[in-house]
Amino acid sequence: MYAYDELDRTLINERVSEFRDQVKRRLSGELTEDEFKMLRLQNGVYLQLHAYMFRVAIPYGTLSSKQLRRLAHVARRYDRGYGHFTTRQNIQFNWIKLAELPDALAELAEVGIHAMQTSGNNMRNVTSDQWAGVAPGEVEDPRIWSEILRQHTTLHPEFSFLPRKFKIAITASEHDRAAIKVHDIGLRLHKNADGETGFEVLVGGGLGRTPFIAKTIKPYVAGRDILSYVEAILRVYNQYGRRDNIYKARIKILVHELGIEKFSREVEEEWKQMGHSALTLDHSVVEEVRSRFSYPAYEKLPHMPDELKQAAHDPSFERWRKNSVAPHKVQGYSIVTLSLKPVGGPPGDATAEQMDVVADLADKYSFGEIRVGHEQNLVLPHVAKRDLPQLWKALDRIGLATPNINLVTDIIACPGLDYCSLANARSIPIAQELTRRFANHDTAEMIGRLHINISGCINACGHHHVGHIGILGVEKNGEEFYQITIGGRADENAQMGALIGPAVPYAEVADVIEDIVEAYLALRDRPEELFVDTVKRLGVEPFKERVYATR
Amino acid sequence: MTSPLQQKIKITGPSMVTANRTSDGIVIYRTAQQGWSASLSDAAIVRTSDEARALLNEANADDVGAVGAYIAPVEVKDSGEIKPGNLRERIRSKGLTIDLLPA
Repeated sequence: MYAYDELDRTLINERVSEFRDQVKRRLSGELTEDEFKMLRLQNGVYLQLHAYMFRVAIPYGTLSSKQLRRLAHVARRYDRGYGHFTTRQNIQFNWIKLAELPDALAELAEVGIHAMQTSGNNMRNVTSDQWAGVAPGEVEDPRIWSEILRQHTTLHPEFSFLPRKFKIAITASEHDRAAIKVHDIGLRLHKNADGETGFEVLVGGGLGRTPFIAKTIKPYVAGRDILSYVEAILRVYNQYGRRDNIYKARIKILVHELGIEKFSREVEEEWKQMGHSALTLDHSVVEEVRSRFSYPAYEKLPHMPDELKQAAHDPSFERWRKNSVAPHKVQGYSIVTLSLKPVGGPPGDATAEQMDVVADLADKYSFGEIRVGHEQNLVLPHVAKRDLPQLWKALDRIGLATPNINLVTDIIACPGLDYCSLANARSIPIAQELTRRFANHDTAEMIGRLHINISGCINACGHHHVGHIGILGVEKNGEEFYQITIGGRADENAQMGALIGPAVPYAEVADVIEDIVEAYLALRDRPEELFVDTVKRLGVEPFKERVYATR
Repeated sequence: MTSPLQQKIKITGPSMVTANRTSDGIVIYRTAQQGWSASLSDAAIVRTSDEARALLNEANADDVGAVGAYIAPVEVKDSGEIKPGNLRERIRSKGLTIDLLPA
């Protein structure tokens, strides 16, 4: 966990006071909505279909039990008793009242949580691998660098009015769990030939109306230079980004239009001019930030404790363990993913009661720490293997032990037309129906890893382009229709899915997905061949034939 | 002659003006009594573009009470009952279409 210093605390508290005054002036009529809108957006407050929506940042997806308990309190006291974890490691409350928002923010500030830059044309929450610091084989904890970037970019005047929003993701593992290739800047920590740690820098990735996979702009940037290099990219973007057209304003369009070579030359030129500036990170600065992260005092534990051997006789436990428990860098410990995708439930939602219990379980079994992943699930990152059976029972009691991580029912979905003012079609009921269709865990396991992503509009908050199966809601003559893509992926081999044919109506979506899955089961050359690999091998045609032959 | 500053509004059927209440964001409808109501049945119904424009202008003038006013279609039944004219307004009027808990 990162411990805030006095500067951080002062900044957050001052921000709350400032926003309290702005809300007061808005409610009294001193500020018009036109004047207030940008101020509320800079504090994560949107206006959605039914109410204001309040988006709270969870930097690099790390939460303490105390913070999660406070989020539960906010859900209960100021909202309707639940929150929605998003694909960028934030949490959203859907029913917040503007008049009460300053109080909610003040209560969050007490535990070091804020909503700054969760909206607006600025640097958004820096995201990272939810297994950061505990994944075996990781180069180093990417959250150190996420935090340095967070500190540097928070309320940075040069980055507060960018042409459009800007998102950075960082990973330090071979397997990319942070989807860095679909971010404005993706950073991959690795070691160069001399064994020094630095970053591969990727730029220009993104989804939405015009999706692009990020391109490598520089294979290696030393850690001490990462702030200046990122700032050079942002300066070039700030200068040339298309402020005249919102649909062309993201950096991905600039990189595409200039070409990565020309864009890279511009960045190099800018970077050279910056020279050895104050942005060059002194070793002591990095170490100061590193020192503010505390790590658990792990015990020396056996690889296979007796408790685990005994519990292995219970097939339900074993199913969950094999699905939701991953190896930890420390012997005797595990990383446990908590599915927020129960059969029939809205993906990514957690009730206040669930949040409270998870906070208690984190205290008991995970050194008080919780993580949030972009797949909209939670993680307990430091669980002793001997505690797994007890943890499983406790999670099962609150509906958080569905053994479906990375399976067909582990669906990523945006809030869609049930909540969102931008949406054209509903996402959540499609996800709920699909989880019912594939509710049988034996069937889901037999299908294997299969990521379904659903977005209710082209803005792609559900990351449909990079779903193994992507579902995009569109509106046709007042009716909800859905375009289906297959073969996308968000990992280190990221690519966009391919459209299989004409959009299908709401009522047929689940049938179409079942057809696609059945086609895959018939076409895969062995049980281990993943859906996405079968699509890569055969292309979309066989799936297209299966879906449209009878429609 | 229409002023170039005048908003172009064209409606093709019965319509109402809806917004969200500033203080808490709830869905509200402009009434014929120049106020707001949380019930669609209280909404003022307009049938011409000029009426719609006038109602919207009146709604927008209340910047303190309401946010984001716009014109939306409605169906008016023979009984006089007012129903939302599209899915978005049905969801705004009746609430979520989903179960919040697993079912």
